[in-house]
Amino acid sequence: MKQTVSIRGSAHTDLIHDSAIKHVSGGADYCDDIAEPIGTLHAYFGTAKVAHATINSVDLSAVRAAPGVVGVLTAEDVPGVNDVSPTGRHDEPLFATEKVEFWGQVLFAVVAESRDIARRAVELAKIDYTPLDHVIEADEAVAKGYPHVTPPMTLKRGDVAEGQAAAAHRIQGQMRIGGQDHMYLEGHIAFAMPGEDDDVIVHSSTQHPSEAQHMVAHVLGVPSNAVVVNVRRMGGGFGGKESQMNQFCAVAAMAAKKWQRAVKIRPDRDQDMETTGKRHDFVVDYDVAFDDEGQIQAVDNTFAARCGWTSDLSGPVTDRALFHADNAYFYPHVKLQSRPMKTNTVSNTAFRGFGGPQGVVAAERMMEEIAYKLGKDPLEVRKANFYGDTDRNLTPYHQRVEDNVMPRLVEELEQTSDYQARRKAVLEHNAKGGIIRKGLSLTPVKFGISFTATWYNQAGALVHIYNDGSIMLNHGGTEMGQGLNTKIAQVVAEAFQVDFDTIKITKTTTEKVPNTSATAASSGTDLNGMAALNACEQIKERLVRWACDHFGVEALLVEFAPNQVHVGDKTFTFGEFIKQAYMSRVQLWAAGFYKTPKIHWDREKGQGRPFYYYAYGAAVAEVSVDTLTGEYTVDRADVLHDVGKSLNPVLDKGQVEGAFVQGMGWLTTEELKWDDKGQLRTHAPSTYKIPLAGDVPREFNVNLADWSENRELTIKRSKAVGEPPFMLPICVFEALGMAVASVADYTECPRLDAPATPECVLMAVERLRG
Amino acid sequence: MQTRSHITFLLNGRTIEINDVGADDTLLDFLRIDQRLTGSKEGCAEGDCGACTVLVGRLTAVGLVYETVNACIRFLASLDGCHVVTIEYLGGPNGRLSAVQQAMVEHHGSQCGFCTPGIVMSLYALWMQHEQPTVKQVETALQGNLCRCTGYAPIIRAAQEVTNFGTPSAEHLTTERDSVVAALNSLRDGKRVEVAKDDSRAILPADVDDLAAVLETEPTATIVAGSTDVGLWVTKFLKQLSPAVFIGQLDGLKEIAVTEDAVTMGAGVTYTEAQDVIAEHYPHLSNYWDRIAGWQVRNMGTVGGNIANGSPIGDTPPVLIALGASITLRKGANRRVVPLEEFFIAYGKQDRAAGEFVESITIPRVSTGHHAAYKISKRRDEDISSVAVGMTVQVENGMITAAVLAFGGMAATPKRAAAAEAALVGQPWSEATLVAAANKLPEDFQPLTDMRASADYRMKVAQNLFRRFWHETTGDTARLASA
Repeated sequence: MKQTVSIRGSAHTDLIHDSAIKHVSGGADYCDDIAEPIGTLHAYFGTAKVAHATINSVDLSAVRAAPGVVGVLTAEDVPGVNDVSPTGRHDEPLFATEKVEFWGQVLFAVVAESRDIARRAVELAKIDYTPLDHVIEADEAVAKGYPHVTPPMTLKRGDVAEGQAAAAHRIQGQMRIGGQDHMYLEGHIAFAMPGEDDDVIVHSSTQHPSEAQHMVAHVLGVPSNAVVVNVRRMGGGFGGKESQMNQFCAVAAMAAKKWQRAVKIRPDRDQDMETTGKRHDFVVDYDVAFDDEGQIQAVDNTFAARCGWTSDLSGPVTDRALFHADNAYFYPHVKLQSRPMKTNTVSNTAFRGFGGPQGVVAAERMMEEIAYKLGKDPLEVRKANFYGDTDRNLTPYHQRVEDNVMPRLVEELEQTSDYQARRKAVLEHNAKGGIIRKGLSLTPVKFGISFTATWYNQAGALVHIYNDGSIMLNHGGTEMGQGLNTKIAQVVAEAFQVDFDTIKITKTTTEKVPNTSATAASSGTDLNGMAALNACEQIKERLVRWACDHFGVEALLVEFAPNQVHVGDKTFTFGEFIKQAYMSRVQLWAAGFYKTPKIHWDREKGQGRPFYYYAYGAAVAEVSVDTLTGEYTVDRADVLHDVGKSLNPVLDKGQVEGAFVQGMGWLTTEELKWDDKGQLRTHAPSTYKIPLAGDVPREFNVNLADWSENRELTIKRSKAVGEPPFMLPICVFEALGMAVASVADYTECPRLDAPATPECVLMAVERLRG
Repeated sequence: MQTRSHITFLLNGRTIEINDVGADDTLLDFLRIDQRLTGSKEGCAEGDCGACTVLVGRLTAVGLVYETVNACIRFLASLDGCHVVTIEYLGGPNGRLSAVQQAMVEHHGSQCGFCTPGIVMSLYALWMQHEQPTVKQVETALQGNLCRCTGYAPIIRAAQEVTNFGTPSAEHLTTERDSVVAALNSLRDGKRVEVAKDDSRAILPADVDDLAAVLETEPTATIVAGSTDVGLWVTKFLKQLSPAVFIGQLDGLKEIAVTEDAVTMGAGVTYTEAQDVIAEHYPHLSNYWDRIAGWQVRNMGTVGGNIANGSPIGDTPPVLIALGASITLRKGANRRVVPLEEFFIAYGKQDRAAGEFVESITIPRVSTGHHAAYKISKRRDEDISSVAVGMTVQVENGMITAAVLAFGGMAATPKRAAAAEAALVGQPWSEATLVAAANKLPEDFQPLTDMRASADYRMKVAQNLFRRFWHETTGDTARLASA
């Protein structure tokens, strides 16, 4: 008898993305690739060309009259509620009515026989405005008394004044941190098909099908059970398709119901970038007190964020900035305040890290300030402030850091990257003067895992075994390239001990798993993997109980072996075993459920345990900077990242590499620029520059900490990987700072703002040269 | 002149013949909407992201050449007589994966997969040229392809190991080559093509003389060469081009002649086609040339178009002005030669009459003097310059006898820095002289602030480049290896 050693594609093994072959051959279908039914119509948004104004009149007669136009939709046509606020704050009208609050705001939609006709027709609208003063920057909003879009938060521990009084040094400063466009390669899109009664089916590219479903129902004024939202895959999401797709889904569905035809809406790239939110820009005012050794005594920081015209997700985003304002460091006395400012810009939204990166960048700026002040290697300062194991381990939100692997990670990385020798070499290189200067920096990242909206930490899955032994897997998470489906299928394969190929992963649909959370906060695998495992265990339990009865054996003698089931001295293929179970009327499907244990959070008090656990990582970057032009290259980067016991190391490594380069883009060349009129001028890849292949570190060593295992009972002891590595390239930013600081012999903190474009770098060089 | 009222080309394994083609119809819409070939994606519709990359094969003086192009800004009419190859055709029959696709799978080169078809097409075109490409070659091939998920590292690894999965000679694009050449030859009938959809008309002249004739009767027609800018007029600004005259297919505009004194190239020579001759005769432009746009755009865009377009931020005018280039304009049978710097009159205004077209560009060969070409942009590759500069300085016995300093991005047109030049001529060749000239630059330019750069940065970096020029001519390391 042939002995199978193991199944193909079990947990903790390298496996290609389940759609990889379709990706490379053009066979993977995205929303715009779905075959269109006869008579499909196309919708397009008409948007405001002014940043802030009162609307006096809207004349759409020429739009309606354009050949091929079927009709227009405005606020008056909304059958339910003209609102798509994802948090229920009711502050986000789908269509503007009396006021325009940002350049690019949706005023109406046109529905036409083709997308081209619709695009051209929107230009025919005649809108009469009375312009009002507008505010673009967060600090300008503070100065002008603009409101918060959502209540701010304060985190406090200890007594800041006491800490400051006891400290030998104190530095105050300000840092501006730019936002970031998601620049997912596939833009926003929704494709709705009308059904009978109130029913409508919406195909979309959303990270949050349940919310899109609820929003469509809200806008149509129908119960949620009338709306189905389907997502097979996204061409990238990164947070940009968490709440922002709601408006597209709602309009496609409205139009589909009104005209009883399939309706697709897909903005062009300019409209996508003008009309949908981005990463929040921040202005951080910091005040750090520290002793002669560089150990922090007190921190008093304020984080003002450009939230845009509505709250969207700005509450939890600015909260998360505060949750990460400590990064990996213990602050004995601390006060952190958020200022979620209203501005006349698009409403900023989720983006990988969700405010956390901005908090971490500010923490690292303080480390740099201290190091320059004391003339120390910034790495020494960082180490001096790391959280301790048993003491010095309380965060500003009173959660104890119990799983700290940072000292070990950093020590290993320092060795493997040859940090000390290379720092010496860099200092020697710069000491020679010369136009090309170098910089080297090692930065850590600690990132809290769980939605801080505690109720979001639940998930469902549906597992079917058909009577031929093939398995269908469905869960509430969405696939946007991260390999979520692959990883969860590995969990299922391992549970039943069947080859990965036995499992069919189907599209995410609100019809199969209800009330799902967004695939966000790095939580996709943690939550949905556990829910899927729960479903598998239910089915297995039934199968074992049946086998015991049917074959008269003890439960211990029923074993799921690779592609076989042993029952006492009998052996069946998995398919044979299932067939028999079916004939004996065993329920071969189950809905699984999971909720994260241990977490709780009291926002009013600023205390609790918002995070189930932390993920850790560290990276070193070496850069070269041209001090005549500000141009730079990343010569080498070394990464050591903690993903616990990885479910699929090669996919996790892909997440780390990708996050590094994406984070590098945020901190270097990705610059959002508004003009004096409040129009975003960087709204397409021609003007908004994300990294290219040539920008990748010349030497790029990425490793996972293979010794790490999650101390909490997560899915197979793995850790979330989506967001944490996004903050690793802060080392690139700080290395650029070091190269700049060399022109003034490191006597002054270079205080680069982000993004450190070549212009920003050259201007800092000039400033330091005096 | 005999005319034909349809276009015909090969699409993967089929011959396509269509007559209702408008001037503005793009290849990508044709593929995705009309042909339901949805493997090519629309990511930006402006030729920057590369998700729509396909191969276009055409017969040239050196035989059948396949090049990557952006289908989003390539007009359908311009494909007459070409072979269009999409991702769906790469693997060949039986659903087999090509070696490039296999390497991408094995090296985990896709995550969300949306950019992947375009990346595969670029890597495929590279692999047909270089079986074992260097990292530099891979990066250059991918200048026009954005990926937001992977960080490119696995894609670069895949590109370098394609050879482990097969050889180009076994690929069906290679094995079918003879039959494709025969098919493309059979499509050539020497006729002018005039096609239309509704009232949108596209004309493909039969040859250069016919172009001159067409423009005499259609003096206000939009002349479309590579469509790397004109394409955006349609996809982003919804302009209607009709009547449009397509010239990218004209062999007569693709000639390159090297004489003792000068290099003359037809206005239809693409950046890619010019690359070798530029690198050979103007070595200081070699790296600079690689930084013009991305590979797809260099395969489509023409030097003539870059000039005729009149943009103040085109990459070629400053460096060509610095070399003393001139252009030949033709209207009917009449030709006139204009120094390139005089062609640019004001923003949006060039010295070109209705019905006139740029026929060729003549660049004097260089034997003496110091020459430099610098491009400053936010991102190194595939970005529009904040500042571009061409510098030529002649030195005799340690004294500067002549200087041409031409800048892009500093004014409303590509423009020489007269005051700075004057500060050089007659002075000793030294760093002090260059710094003194740089200090004169504010007399020449008052640059603008926009989304690419501030006025202060433009001025500061332009001045600092004088110092780079000095250091480099003395053999110092004065810029990054990649710059």
